[in-house]
Amino acid sequence: MNFTINVWRQSGPEAKGRIETYPVSGISDHMSFLEMIDVLNEQLINQDIEPVVFDHDCREGICGSCSMFINGEAHGPGRSITTCQLHMREFKDGETITIEPFRAKAFPIIKDLMVDRSSLDRIIQSGGFVSVNTAGKQPDANAIPIEKADADAAFDAATCIGCGACVATCKNASAMLFVGAKVSQFALLPQGKIEAEDRVLNMVNQMDLEGFGNCTNTGACEVECPKGISLETIARMNREFLSASLSSK
Amino acid sequence: MAATRGLFGSSLARKYWMALTGLFLSSFLIIHLIGNMPILFGDQEAFNLYAAFMTSFPPIKAVSYLLYGSILLHAIDGIFLMRQNKVARPEAYVSYNGKANATWASRNMGLLGIFTLLFLIIHMRSFWYEMHFGHVPTMDIEGAQVKDLYTMTIEAFHQLWYVILYVVCMIMLGFHLSHGMSSAFQTLGLNHPKYTPAIEKAGRYFAWIMALGFAIIPAYVYLQHLTA
Ligand code: HEM
Ligand code: SF4
Ligand code: FES
Repeated sequence: MNFTINVWRQSGPEAKGRIETYPVSGISDHMSFLEMIDVLNEQLINQDIEPVVFDHDCREGICGSCSMFINGEAHGPGRSITTCQLHMREFKDGETITIEPFRAKAFPIIKDLMVDRSSLDRIIQSGGFVSVNTAGKQPDANAIPIEKADADAAFDAATCIGCGACVATCKNASAMLFVGAKVSQFALLPQGKIEAEDRVLNMVNQMDLEGFGNCTNTGACEVECPKGISLETIARMNREFLSASLSSK
Repeated sequence: MAATRGLFGSSLARKYWMALTGLFLSSFLIIHLIGNMPILFGDQEAFNLYAAFMTSFPPIKAVSYLLYGSILLHAIDGIFLMRQNKVARPEAYVSYNGKANATWASRNMGLLGIFTLLFLIIHMRSFWYEMHFGHVPTMDIEGAQVKDLYTMTIEAFHQLWYVILYVVCMIMLGFHLSHGMSSAFQTLGLNHPKYTPAIEKAGRYFAWIMALGFAIIPAYVYLQHLTA
């Protein structure tokens, strides 16, 4: 397969970026999108053009680092997948594909397609943890009884990989699906109840400080999230925050 | 220690205000639509008595101040949130496929809200201001002198441009509420797999019944005037 690639090139955080157009050829329909970029970069190097910088690590949909906005969608077309799980057979031979970095004030561009998503880490640091001992002598997994439905819902929320697709796709660059997931994964469990109030207040506060936008409940995040995190988690965060604001000391 | 930013500071608090004022304004729409129904039946007395009651009965007057406050808070808060959301993405995407994952109304709440605000200003200038501070001729209803808002309204709706303005603005309101109603429930944390689909459906029905109801009145008055 052959493609025309429109890709965002930006030499550094402060530099002005622009779209550059490159042809890429000899792509197999079995290749992942990242493998296609590997081939593109190979071809660019042969022409003495600097390769396109992009973020990637696991290439199996678990690390969340392959942030890319492809043809106007986070992680491109296709649902419940990351960019590394997107295959070239999803595109038509000869198609023009536009690739941009995730765009948000809280995700400054490092170079080309690579952005700094450490704002999400700082939100976690502000409260996305439980202060229980998880090292050394392991406690028995079933020592605290937890209802199956709650355990499942907490686990579903915990599958968020912090990829930032929710922020990237949101017209307001809001991180509420991420924060909703990270609040929910603890809010549903007894171990999380102890710090629940401070957690939600601090995480929402940090989210605001990082300069993310406000949710208007468009639901785009839920559609684009590779892990199927639901808007229910945002509603849970909203409930937790409301009750914590009213009752916190 | 938890970080708190008070009743207006945090993004979520601002959203609660948006939702609460939005729902309150929406509840007023129901009363307003029912009150306007006499126009459709040509019932001059019923409409004028309703208008007089709304501007004189003390509890209603108290609620009306709450309503003015809500409009202001909703609009100011909405514009503030819109501005913040713009700042959150300083550089726009070259290619952004918004319709792939969200409805048009949900992506344009600010624009639809601003249209609604402009409409409210025109609407209140035309009727609310005239009723309160203008010179509305009176009519005699069972010995009492009552302002004849009815005749004023009918005459206003004999102008085609005015009728078109109303119908277009009501379509905007319909879109605003078609997303806004269910959005408000979500904002207040009320999301449940059992009830949310029903809330979304009821919200859309509510939106379009209100929009249609308010749009029919000027359209009907105008058509009646044409055929008279
Ligand atoms: C009759 C007048 C109006 C009614 C009944 C109404 C109702 C609503 C409702 C129910 C919501 C959903 C709240 C939520 O998502 O939590 C909403 C959202 C919104 N409204 Fe209005 N609205 C009206 C007028 C306006 C005006 C005048 C503006 C002026 C700018 C405005 C701007 C907005 C914006 C920006 C949102 C989205 C906020 C968000 O979802 O976070 N609205 N409205
Ligand atoms: S909620 Fe979904 S889209 Fe957002 S960071 Fe987590 S996994 Fe990515
Ligand atoms: S590279 Fe790890 S999720 Fe794509």
